[in-house]
Amino acid sequence: MLRFIARRLVGMALVLFAVSLIVFVVFNVIPNSPPAQRLAGKNATPVLVKSIEEEWGFDESLPQQYLTMMKKVFTNELISYAPRISVEDQIVERIPATLSLSIGAGIIWLFFGLVLGYFSALRAGGWLDRLLTGVSIAGISIPVFLIAPVLIYFLTYKVEIFPNAGYVALTEDPWEWLTHLILPWFTLAILSIGFYSRVLRSNMLDVMNEDYVRTARAKGLSERKVMTRHVLRNSLIPIITLFGLDFGATIAGTAIITETIFSYEGVGQYAALAVANTELPPIMGVTLYGAFFVVFINALVDIAYAYLDPRVRLGSTAS
Amino acid sequence: MSPSPLLSVTDLRVGFATEGGLVQAVDGVSFDLRQGEVLAIVGESGSGKSVTAQTIMGLTRSNNSRIEGSVKLAGEELTDADDAILRNIRGERVAMIFQDPMTSFNPVYRLGRQIAEAIRAHRGDVGDDEARDRAIELFEAVGIPDAERRVDSYPHEFSGGMRQRAMIAMALALEPEVLIADEPTTALDVTIQAQILRLIEDLNRERGLATILITHDLGVVADTADRVLVMYAGKVVEQGTLDEIFYDPQHPYTWGLMGSLTRLDRPRPKRLPQISGSPPSLLDLPEGCSFRPRCPHEFAKCPEVPALESRLSEAPGHCDRCWLSPEQKREKRQVAGQIGLEAPA
Repeated sequence: MLRFIARRLVGMALVLFAVSLIVFVVFNVIPNSPPAQRLAGKNATPVLVKSIEEEWGFDESLPQQYLTMMKKVFTNELISYAPRISVEDQIVERIPATLSLSIGAGIIWLFFGLVLGYFSALRAGGWLDRLLTGVSIAGISIPVFLIAPVLIYFLTYKVEIFPNAGYVALTEDPWEWLTHLILPWFTLAILSIGFYSRVLRSNMLDVMNEDYVRTARAKGLSERKVMTRHVLRNSLIPIITLFGLDFGATIAGTAIITETIFSYEGVGQYAALAVANTELPPIMGVTLYGAFFVVFINALVDIAYAYLDPRVRLGSTAS
Repeated sequence: MSPSPLLSVTDLRVGFATEGGLVQAVDGVSFDLRQGEVLAIVGESGSGKSVTAQTIMGLTRSNNSRIEGSVKLAGEELTDADDAILRNIRGERVAMIFQDPMTSFNPVYRLGRQIAEAIRAHRGDVGDDEARDRAIELFEAVGIPDAERRVDSYPHEFSGGMRQRAMIAMALALEPEVLIADEPTTALDVTIQAQILRLIEDLNRERGLATILITHDLGVVADTADRVLVMYAGKVVEQGTLDEIFYDPQHPYTWGLMGSLTRLDRPRPKRLPQISGSPPSLLDLPEGCSFRPRCPHEFAKCPEVPALESRLSEAPGHCDRCWLSPEQKREKRQVAGQIGLEAPA
């Protein structure tokens, strides 16, 4: 198991290296115009462009340029030039907000997705199952940019249940933190609740036909134990993979729309603003940050996977 | 023979509602099973032998199944018993070994734990360590070497034969009275098959079990069984002791099964003999004898269902469903000097 984890972490480092190379190529090599001009942003003075060119060493060889870029990333010298602020500081400052949003939403969608999926599967074909199917499909079909304004309109303006927009730090006021987050959480989670309950339901219906479930019944286990220890447990394995991908992607940027609509000061909103102002360094920074979380969460998931399914630990199947 | 049977199945009928109509998978099966006995149920795929066995444990209960008739375990009726009562019987008094040891264990749990789970389901007071010790004992009893270490293995770390041994160990965990082995050797190599059969036979004798052995392999039957039930399209077409079935088979279907055995001690036939045609759809059974469309000896009486009864005065326990007289049968079953079913004209 330890060897598996070590191997997985090495793999993670390699993937991150590849991502940083791609970022470098996409931002600094491919575009057919002086990179310093683009990094400087709109309305940059020739003096600024000149200094960026020297700072980033754009007259040197490409490997040297890559090293310079990575050095900046790791030493907190990646800065945006319109207002001269450190990109890293900006991201780090906003990470608590984005993590509050994504982790909370992740817990909500996993919990409701699993509960709804489990009961759908137990009552497959019954009225509860059909109702949940309808609700799930509605949840999957409603886009975030529709549901978020509708929720804000009815629950913040019409009936003033939830406060309007923004993020309050947990350390500042836990109650405000919570009330500010409930709407964004559900906005973000609702699609996945529907999707996860569908996936779990169909996994469980497949697993119910497995021979080992019949074996479990033949041993005299109670129906509840058969369902939880054998059917649910084995149906969760693919769900974990899915969750790793989705959760990583949520932290990395799926939350952009939600954060923007709720004027929520997270990393997603920072990225959206940077795009709007054509500021390259923040986009670069957010891309690397996003890649890190996707890869990191997936490494965690693979490790969890190896724990859940002993066959994965064999080695040959591990990547 | 002991006076009263341990397990008594009477006129068992199991049907499944499907989109095409009611499929009568088991149609009036009766048999008795006594302690120490091995009863073989033989038939092709779809003949209803597995459904019969699973119904004994209530494993075929569902919204779309119809179960009629009676299954009595030591006098206690099981077909209409509560789920809770059935659950107490499963594993504890009637245990089952399944066909495919590859898929019959949950791949994510250690084998010892799966055995412990069976024990703990019935003996709540047994602790983890005690259950594990019991699993080790059982592994030793079924001939798994290095049991102490191997109980902590996962199913994928075992070979097919070892897994089937582990399956048998799990079935024996609570010292059941009845063991149902549903094609226990079908998924195994021929060399391993013999070992597993010997193991089942030994355990049956040593532990005073009563075993139902379900198979489509007459070779397996000849090795192990005391009595034989031949099923075709949900009905028993012939039943008797091992010797009666092998030396004096009465039903043309049984002849066909015997004729399709290849034997090393006989000259090799040009073509492997087979029963022509295929089993009828249970949704569209022929009128009368179900075997009629495949039977070369069909005659005027066959459109009427023959009763399962003994037509031999010297063997009242040897029953069959065929209208031919015993003399006709003894003559017609001789094909090229041995028992078989002649090819249709």
